[in-house]
Amino acid sequence: MLEIRDVGKTYGSGAGETRAIERVSFTIEAGELVCVVGPSGCGKTTLLKCVAGLLRPTEGEIVLRGRQVTDPPEEMALVFQEYSRSLMPWASVRDNVLLPLRHKDLSKRRRAELVEEAVGAVGLTRFMDRYPWQLSGGMQQRVAIARALAYQPEILLMDEPFASVDAQTRGDLEDLVLRVRDEFEITILFVTHDIDESVYLSDRIVVLTHAPTEVREVIGVDLPRPRDQIETKELAEFARLRAHVYRLIKRQLEPAPETSVPLRGTDV
Amino acid sequence: MTARAYRAVKVAAELAVPLAILAAWQLWTVASDSAKFPRPTTIAVEFRRLWLFSEFGTHVAPSLERIGLGFAIAVLVGVALGVPLGLSGVARRAAMPHIEYWRAIPPPALLPISIVLLHSIGNLQKVSFIAFFCIFPVLLNTIDGVRGIEPVLLETARSYGVPPLARIRRIVLPAALPQIVAGMRNSLALAVIMMVLSEYFSSTNGVGYVLLISKNTFQLVPMWAAILLIGLLGYVLNLLFLLVERRVLAWHRGWRASVA
Repeated sequence: MLEIRDVGKTYGSGAGETRAIERVSFTIEAGELVCVVGPSGCGKTTLLKCVAGLLRPTEGEIVLRGRQVTDPPEEMALVFQEYSRSLMPWASVRDNVLLPLRHKDLSKRRRAELVEEAVGAVGLTRFMDRYPWQLSGGMQQRVAIARALAYQPEILLMDEPFASVDAQTRGDLEDLVLRVRDEFEITILFVTHDIDESVYLSDRIVVLTHAPTEVREVIGVDLPRPRDQIETKELAEFARLRAHVYRLIKRQLEPAPETSVPLRGTDV
Repeated sequence: MTARAYRAVKVAAELAVPLAILAAWQLWTVASDSAKFPRPTTIAVEFRRLWLFSEFGTHVAPSLERIGLGFAIAVLVGVALGVPLGLSGVARRAAMPHIEYWRAIPPPALLPISIVLLHSIGNLQKVSFIAFFCIFPVLLNTIDGVRGIEPVLLETARSYGVPPLARIRRIVLPAALPQIVAGMRNSLALAVIMMVLSEYFSSTNGVGYVLLISKNTFQLVPMWAAILLIGLLGYVLNLLFLLVERRVLAWHRGWRASVA
């Protein structure tokens, strides 16, 4: 359904040039939940923005259902990491979720229905008429997710959406994503630096190298569904997968022996 | 201290200083009996005679009309120009030298030529004059407001395919509004000054005209009454503006408080 073909991205030119992405290729099938993991600063967000049509790759292309992606496609919705900055502070939760629907060819009644469904799906019906800044961080991110859901995308792109949320809320939000995926049958591309999260959520994991980024390995995740925060994480297979991903990433982070600097004045 | 008592104390403190100044002024003028500084009581009587309400229609109404029209035009033009300049770096670089040049000219310098070019000393010239100088605070604040919009907000709108005009209407304008309103408040105060200036320079009616006539006929009491009125006009207009701002920008105060 979605193909990322030989994508490369260079920022700047001449001496100040940064090669953010060297060459990344993978595919996503309809209905899959694919996680992209990698070391910090490996161009995950850049890759996602290219897939979303917000940035043009320097080389390669993104192909959605056979058509090349050059501008944000209509079937895609994007959930950012900085949820509080992506919500309009002058509008209520209802109006925030309504924003992407306004330019779609729908009747007023249908729009209101979609908004109510989406806000209900994330459990915030009681807060429809509040302002985003009156809500907690986790709730604000749920509003951003509701906004993406109301838009009825076929593909949901999520850029480290739970990175700025506390650990317990993160568990709830992860389960929300899984529920939403099942209920609305959406394809999800989920970028994260949290290894546990990537194993817990995905059907497949794409592990990236550090910059200039390439695909290290694509791992299939065969854990049973529905996933559970306690039971799934107790399984031996979960630990094995987690360790495998961790080693893939960690091996890239260990410095070479000759670069370690001895401390001056130490006796040991 | 209860909340109600605290508020009463605040209001009393606000009133206390002006009242104290008036009382001191009255005592001093009674004692010194100077022609240049009439007693506040004399001024108050003249104030009531002139402005409430015999001369209100002849002079105060035209002045208010000029302020209103000049300010409205300044806001419309300032925002209409400010939004595209805020969004486009190229346009901004081309326009800024011109803006800075015209902004730097002291208003009195343009009074004679405004009369000559517009062939009038009536409302056309006055409103144009007021509007011209009142554009700058709104324009510059609009540009800054638009430039300072959270980029994630605009990217979000783009990613959802919100068309450009809708982006301006639903995101750019509301996001820049707090800054624009700050500019409008400055513009309003400036409008009062420009109104008095243009009427004082040459006019057939208006509060500034009364100022001029009383100067020419050496009548100090009407002059003081006019000065008092101008000050009150500015004060009341600002107060009304703040009341409206409080309603319109309630979300902004709440948002800043939550972020802090």
